[in-house]
Amino acid sequence: MKLNSSFNRSLWVYHFNSGSCNGCEIEIVATITPRYDPERFGIKLVGSPRHADVMLITGPVVHKMKDRLLRVYAQMPDPKLVMCIGACGISGGVFFDSYNLEGPVDEVIPVDVYVPGCPPRPEAIIHGVVTALAKLERLQGERA
Amino acid sequence: MAPDEKKAPYTVQIGPVHPALKEPVMFTFEMDGEQVKTVDFAPGQTHRGIEWMGMRRNPVQIVHLTDRICGICGVVHTLSFSLAVEQIAEIQVPERADYIRSILHEFERIQSHLLWAGVAAHELGFDSLLHLTWRVREQAMDVIENLTGNRVNYGIVQVGGVRRDIAPEQHPIIETCLSTYEGLLEKLLNLFLEDRTIAMRCRDCGILTRKDAIELCTVGPTARASGVNVDLRQDYPYAAYGDLDVRAILPEQYIGETHGDVYDRIVVRLLEVGQSCQIIRQCLSEIPAGPITAEEKLAKLLAICKKAQGEAIGRVEAPRGECLHYVRMDGKDSPTAWKVKASSYSNLMSWIPMLKGEQIADIPIIVASIDPCLSCTDRVAVVQDGIRTILTKEHLHRLSVEKTRRLQR
Repeated sequence: MKLNSSFNRSLWVYHFNSGSCNGCEIEIVATITPRYDPERFGIKLVGSPRHADVMLITGPVVHKMKDRLLRVYAQMPDPKLVMCIGACGISGGVFFDSYNLEGPVDEVIPVDVYVPGCPPRPEAIIHGVVTALAKLERLQGERA
Repeated sequence: MAPDEKKAPYTVQIGPVHPALKEPVMFTFEMDGEQVKTVDFAPGQTHRGIEWMGMRRNPVQIVHLTDRICGICGVVHTLSFSLAVEQIAEIQVPERADYIRSILHEFERIQSHLLWAGVAAHELGFDSLLHLTWRVREQAMDVIENLTGNRVNYGIVQVGGVRRDIAPEQHPIIETCLSTYEGLLEKLLNLFLEDRTIAMRCRDCGILTRKDAIELCTVGPTARASGVNVDLRQDYPYAAYGDLDVRAILPEQYIGETHGDVYDRIVVRLLEVGQSCQIIRQCLSEIPAGPITAEEKLAKLLAICKKAQGEAIGRVEAPRGECLHYVRMDGKDSPTAWKVKASSYSNLMSWIPMLKGEQIADIPIIVASIDPCLSCTDRVAVVQDGIRTILTKEHLHRLSVEKTRRLQR
């Protein structure tokens, strides 16, 4: 698996809600709007997992969404990264004892970058994407 | 193909992968050509069992859990739950706390309506307006962060009062923000309402008649846009609204008539931004001095709540309509019953009359028009003559944009 050169510069991000409260969603959308404007670095929110390099997952994984999360994850082309946004995707957060959870995101699919916060600030989300970029570059360096 | 086969409706499914929806919904449309014949939907894809969890926690903990019911309506749910518990435990909330609650409640309404206006503009293919509204929304977020310490999930309301006071130094910050919005409102109204394309796409699109709105128990701006005069702040005042002069905003005040369409919903929401600015200004000028909470010590507060027995309902006018929390306490640490009815729950049924007879390209704006926080990534599967093709939300969005262009010609 070799990363092509265009992949270095622009990460397309797909966003998946696996049972979140909407707080992280708002911050993700706020992140892509003019105040923070990550589009100048080529970071763009796309509507289909087939176009995406990175998947942002918000929320703990509830029963009904587990199968859908796995299917969407399988649809993403390799190489792919998964970012877990928000405390409840990392550990369950305030919903830790709910009867309807499949557990934190990393018990369902592998996660590369964790962005803690409830919800994380837009700056934190951008920092997370930059960390993801660094990881991709490292992966590329190891394979080169 | 035989003529009768042509008539057979085909099925379009939307969802349930709805990244920006607090209640991911699966829609099933029966289509005849481009026209929607029947609509059905299945909500409940992000059920987290919050009420169940709440019945195992104490009221102070639950307040922070209610913050996470919905990321946009942080003040609404915490306030609604606190109102219910305060009624049961007979806690007298200090007046200053009531005013601070109202100020934050209105700031939340401003940011929520601007958020919605951006989403609506995006659904119509007017992305520059999305970026404009979200850019100006950041100013409200800055003030909220200044007042509460958080941008989202504020954690400011506590049973018996609020957790942070508004200092005199913070008044100018609020004042600057309000005057910016009041100056901007004219521009936003102009951009949304005078724009020919928006009028063409939204006028007489997704109509909800007054009769349907009442029969389906629609609440909030969706009901007001259909001419139903309901607003909890005027009908059953809570917090500081009893002292303030709040009147429900109806579209006929601005344009002299009510259609009950998407356009009227834009009118109501934008005018409410201006109304919220006035309410905040009035609150700031009349805010009394005094304590901000009835009981500062959490251990004492918990002891009061533990002794409480009875049931109560907390009702709050959320940006999307009435939000209701029912709580029953039986002298234990945690409530024995807790039921939440959020505003979108009442409004979802209104999709069915709105969507009937409309075109596929109108689905995004109509679904967004009741403000269910729908914005990003829907997947659509079209089953036509037994062949399954998959439409992404992008395709749907493209259809919507194409219709806008068609109308512009």
